[in-house]
Amino acid sequence: MFTYIVRRIVYVIPIVISVALVCFMLVHITPGDPLVAILPADASQELAAQLRTAYGFDRPLPVQFGLWLWKAVHGDLGHSIATGRPVLTEVMRAVGNTVTLAIAAAIIGFSFGLLFGLLAGYFRDTWIDKVATSIAIAGVSVPHYWLGMVLVIIFSVQLSWLPAVGAGPGGSGQWGWDWEHMKYLVLPAITTSVIPMGIVTRTVRALTGDILSQDFVEALRAKGLRETHVFRHVIKNAAPTAMAVMGLQLGYMLGGSILIETVFSWPGSGLLLNSAIFQRDLPLLQGTILVLALFFVFLNLVVDIAQASIDPRIKRG
Amino acid sequence: MSNLVEVNNLNIRFTGERTVHAVNNLSLTLGEGEVLGLLGESGSGKSVTLRALMRLLPKKRTQISGTVRVLGRDVLALDDDALSAFRGQTVSMIFQEPALALDPVYTIGRQIAETVMRHEGKSQHDATARALEMLEVVRIPSAKRRLDAYPHEMSGGMRQRAMIALALACKPKILLADEPTTALDATVQIQILLLLRELQREFGMSVIFVTHDIGVAIEICDRVAVMYAGQIIEQGSLREIVRTPLHPYAKGLLASTVHGAKRGARLETIPGTPPSLDQAPSACSFAPRCAFAQPRCTAALPPDVQVGPNRSARCILVDPATAGA
Ligand SMILES: Nc1ncnc2c1ncn2[C@@H]1O[C@H](COP(=O)(O)OP(=O)(O)O)[C@@H](O)[C@H]1O
Ligand code: SF4
Ligand SMILES: [Mg+2]
Repeated sequence: MFTYIVRRIVYVIPIVISVALVCFMLVHITPGDPLVAILPADASQELAAQLRTAYGFDRPLPVQFGLWLWKAVHGDLGHSIATGRPVLTEVMRAVGNTVTLAIAAAIIGFSFGLLFGLLAGYFRDTWIDKVATSIAIAGVSVPHYWLGMVLVIIFSVQLSWLPAVGAGPGGSGQWGWDWEHMKYLVLPAITTSVIPMGIVTRTVRALTGDILSQDFVEALRAKGLRETHVFRHVIKNAAPTAMAVMGLQLGYMLGGSILIETVFSWPGSGLLLNSAIFQRDLPLLQGTILVLALFFVFLNLVVDIAQASIDPRIKRG
Repeated sequence: MSNLVEVNNLNIRFTGERTVHAVNNLSLTLGEGEVLGLLGESGSGKSVTLRALMRLLPKKRTQISGTVRVLGRDVLALDDDALSAFRGQTVSMIFQEPALALDPVYTIGRQIAETVMRHEGKSQHDATARALEMLEVVRIPSAKRRLDAYPHEMSGGMRQRAMIALALACKPKILLADEPTTALDATVQIQILLLLRELQREFGMSVIFVTHDIGVAIEICDRVAVMYAGQIIEQGSLREIVRTPLHPYAKGLLASTVHGAKRGARLETIPGTPPSLDQAPSACSFAPRCAFAQPRCTAALPPDVQVGPNRSARCILVDPATAGA
């Protein structure tokens, strides 16, 4: 197991370097001058050249990359062009809020997804299956922003039960797990949870059906196990794949949804990306994407290792 | 001799997109300490018959009529609790593909132990001790280490031994074996057969052994029932069936193996194909392939003619007066 983990980590290194390279190149492949956002429209050639030197844009690309990477490794992702604040601070705060949202949505989406999926798989082709499958299809096909707005209209505008936008008292930087804050989380979390709920339902339904049709289930019944006990075997067989799918879904959610965070003005990485794009704030964009990409790589690693540790069929040598 | 199993007029029909009359008017008995072979080509209803004895067939799509009595109990009438207590304790089954019949994510030890815990209410510790004992009984080398092995870490032969250990862990009176050696190499096959025969005597079990392989049947059976299209078309002692088969189908089967019955000899030597099972038989099912077929054969279903105490055949040519000798 230990060697498996080490090997898996070693494999990650080239991926991380490629990710960094892509993020770095982002500035250089986007059309237009990276300085255009901060240069006054009537700036002289001289000023432009000065700034270019100040930001290091006049050096050869590999050198720029080396310098950028060196700084990035030390936590310096530059400063936001729009606000002047360090990119890392901005990104980490936003990522924190997105993680909060993702965890809440994961708890909701995965619980219902597992429940519906197991029920649908076990009671295949009965009305239970049909209801659960319909919910799953609705979950993956309803547009996010539409659902978000419907929820806001019902629960915020009509009923005034829950706030529609923001992250509660203290703004984006001071989250707390109390009702004063959490009531801001309810609607975006529900909106975020429907897709993972639908996908987990579908996956677990298919998995359960597949496992139940395997010979060993008949053999379990043949040795006299009660149905509840057989069900435990089914769950243990489904767990590795279900975990992988949930890990991936969690990954998507941790990436932050631009749409959902914009609808609810949730100060997460999606909203940050949105403003970075619209303000052409390239250092911020670069930093946000880098952090999110690394997050994904790391998460994949964790899911793989977790899967290998619970599934005896995966070779861990 | 009292019968442990008595099946009478069993009919099994699968409904669904296609109706399959898998078992038709089947009656059989199994005596104490007896090994009965169910012999027949693929699709003749052997596995379905075996599963009916444990009521393992899918509830929704299966229609069963007739009676199945095991140790005097009416299996088709047991409630779910009684049924699950009966399975694995009174009657056990071993399967054709041990690789598929064992749960891939549970260790061998745990799979055996959970059966013991289920039926004998033993602690995990005692049940694991029994599992170890059983692995030794089936002569799995370094049994203690194998307790923690997963099925995919073992060879086919070892897996089948583990499956046998599992099936025998609660000392069942009856063992149902569904082609347990078919998926194995020839040399492993004979080892498993020898092991089964030895354990059958040691445990005093009665066995129903399903096979399509006459050579295998000769190795292990006391009595043989030959199946065709969901019916038993002839049954008798191994000796009678091998020496003087009465039914033309049985004759055809045996003719191909007269020159030294080899294991591995498939029952495919008779020209033609078995009938479709979409209707219950109203004539001799073998008539389209039978060299002796006459109009009488297709006018009605030939009766099962009793030709001796434990001997019968379903063919109009069989005469109880002459064939009994
Ligand atoms: N669960 C099932 N649903 C529908 N048909 C089945 C089912 N199980 C078996 N059958 C059909 O019943 C017939 C007998 O099958 P089986 O008993 O498995 O034959 P075998 O003698 O090879 O063991 C076959 O035609 C098979 O297709
Ligand atoms: S009943 Fe007729 S067709 Fe059937 S096996 Fe006997 S002789 Fe052949
Ligand atoms: Mg079969």
